[in-house]
Amino acid sequence: MIKKLIGALALVIAATGAHASGGGHPLEAAPDRINDMAALQNGAKLFVNYCLNCHSASAMRYNKLKDIGLTDEQIKTSLLFTGEKVGDLMMGSISAKDGKAWFGATPPDLSVIARAKSANAGPSGSDYIYTYLRTFYRDTSRPTGWNNLAYPNVGMPHVLWERQGPREMTMVAMHEHAAEGHGKGEHASWQRITTTYDAMGYSTVKTENVEHYHGGVAADVKFKPLDPARATAYDSEVADLTAFMTWMAEPVQQTRKRIGVWVLLFLGIFFVIAWRLNASFWKHVK
Amino acid sequence: MAGDKTVETTGLLGWIDRRFPLTSTYKAHLSEYYAPKNFNFWYFFGSLALIVLVMQIVTGIFLVMHYKPDAQFAFQSVEYIMREVPGGWFIRYMHSTGASMFFVVVYLHMVRALIYGSYRKPRELIWIFGVGIFLCLMAEAFFGYLLPWGQMSFWGAQVIVNLFSAIPFIGPELSIWIRGDYVVSDATLNRFFSFHVIAIPLVLLGLVAAHVVALHEVGSNNPDGVDIKAKKDKYGRPLDGIPFHPYYTVHDIMGLAGFLIIFMAIVFFGPEMGGYFLEFNNFIPADPLKTPPHIAPVWYFTPFYSMLRATTDDFTWVLSGLSVLAAIVMFFRHKGLVKIVSAVILIVVAVLLRAIDAKFWGVVAMGGAVVLLFFLPWLDYSPVKSIRYRPGWHKVLYGIFFCKLPDLGLPWYPTAQRSFQLDVADWHADISGLLLPDAYLEHTGHVQARSRSCHLPRPLSPTLITE
Repeated sequence: MIKKLIGALALVIAATGAHASGGGHPLEAAPDRINDMAALQNGAKLFVNYCLNCHSASAMRYNKLKDIGLTDEQIKTSLLFTGEKVGDLMMGSISAKDGKAWFGATPPDLSVIARAKSANAGPSGSDYIYTYLRTFYRDTSRPTGWNNLAYPNVGMPHVLWERQGPREMTMVAMHEHAAEGHGKGEHASWQRITTTYDAMGYSTVKTENVEHYHGGVAADVKFKPLDPARATAYDSEVADLTAFMTWMAEPVQQTRKRIGVWVLLFLGIFFVIAWRLNASFWKHVK
Repeated sequence: MAGDKTVETTGLLGWIDRRFPLTSTYKAHLSEYYAPKNFNFWYFFGSLALIVLVMQIVTGIFLVMHYKPDAQFAFQSVEYIMREVPGGWFIRYMHSTGASMFFVVVYLHMVRALIYGSYRKPRELIWIFGVGIFLCLMAEAFFGYLLPWGQMSFWGAQVIVNLFSAIPFIGPELSIWIRGDYVVSDATLNRFFSFHVIAIPLVLLGLVAAHVVALHEVGSNNPDGVDIKAKKDKYGRPLDGIPFHPYYTVHDIMGLAGFLIIFMAIVFFGPEMGGYFLEFNNFIPADPLKTPPHIAPVWYFTPFYSMLRATTDDFTWVLSGLSVLAAIVMFFRHKGLVKIVSAVILIVVAVLLRAIDAKFWGVVAMGGAVVLLFFLPWLDYSPVKSIRYRPGWHKVLYGIFFCKLPDLGLPWYPTAQRSFQLDVADWHADISGLLLPDAYLEHTGHVQARSRSCHLPRPLSPTLITE
């Protein structure tokens, strides 16, 4: 009976474990570079050079970067530009009020953003950041001239665009189109809507009627970099930056896993001793 | 010396024993406290709950040394603990994991009591103290959850405190009085901090002491429901019992070792537990101007919160109808004053169900789901305690209950198959699924008590000893 109940509970719990895509643009898994010191340092450099202009990471001190292999001297000479001290917190260069006035929303603090953007039993915040930074496209209809697939109508412009180079984007969406006089589902006709954004952000839309389509509602997005070498290098840089932001969200994460192995090993031995001790006490109890 | 107690112990221990009941307390509660020999897996959770309580208090003491109960600094101070306080991350994860694991352990402890009938005579008071502990634990978790001052902290508190505004007449003023402000703010954070670190823990400790004292007064129940005091040897020792120390102390140490393996695996390898123990939205600082798209309670509150949210205006029609139906049944099945009074009360309830805001009845439903537990010892009429001797259909109803309750919490966790959509109709079905077996159990319990001939449970084994 109890075993059955536990089994049923396990099923219930397993059902919640199925992944959620969130309904928006599917997130791409970020490469795991959390143990790669060179990647983390490169990410730190990009973070300080680009992100910190508007965002803060107010839970981070510059000298915490010593944990990813930088020295005080390196931090001082390559990452501090405006007279901060190595013990200072990573504060952004613009005020919250200015940010709100310029971008429509105060740029959020990025200290723990990689954790905040995770989904329950779903893609991690790192996947979100990795996808977000790689799905900017030019869109003249937006105030900053930029739009984003992971965060539609985002207030932030593509700060790293020079590193990625110009790109064109093609969005193909299958859309069920109920014609006049027809009930939905009966003689539903499908339309393929192809939207193209050129490298300057001007869009063209092409609508075709499709006969004999049997799939569901679908959307597909393709980017075409005009400078493929630069775009590929950019992907790797974003992976470094994502790794850094993942590390920054919880600098202790690798330490904790390393210690954890020893703790569990100890507890395993402790359990065996406790188990045998218990058995020897209860040996003669009838 | 006149009035000197005669004690068996000598030396320092004798000196103490003449002034303080040290040896006698040790004997009464440990070395000569007899517990049934047939405890199984389910009996680990009482001692584990006690250990988790101690862990929460100890880690809590250290957290308070570094935490700032101030709306401006609270969120930052938690990150400060995570990054700059030596070992702070470990203390914090112990505390956050401990909160969830406390509920895991207490829920399993309650399941044990339910399936083996540990709430039955003479253990009603143990059960009542236990439900009191559960209530305190819910309050403790609720107050504590505001302290990290993340989005979920803030909006969860906002939603729950707003519930009080549903109380007729005094509601709106009451909720302002609780918050100390028109919205959840620094004032709220400070009072919640005070409740979390001192008020509730004091009550909690008192109730835990009462729970254990009451238990040791009447002795533990066991999976077979036998009375160990029924058969004793010539020294008056229960034949089915065994001294708690050392037998159950070593047994519980083994249980603790197993529990710690799971606990520490979570602390060191997945402290967020996929977003169930530490909600990801709570890594965003509280923002009174930005309501999150969905405000989900932490997992241990989800079934109760679902009951609240399921009580919509439409549903009060159904409840009102049921109330009228119950009034009719009471009117025709009872005699004398009961007949009139109960029917009138139920009719008044039916009218009020429609007259007062559904939100209020949602609060009643949620609170009632917990308060109902207090009455359990007097609702169960079965001649046997343990599930082992109950008829098969009882087990089925237990099964429905234990599956339906988590099922009520599920909609708070969207999946690929099911987007976040509060399926109230599904909840109505779930709640009916919960109520029906309960009503049926109770009803047939009455029947059983009256006529023992139908649904006779398996015969009880009077003792564990095989002679």
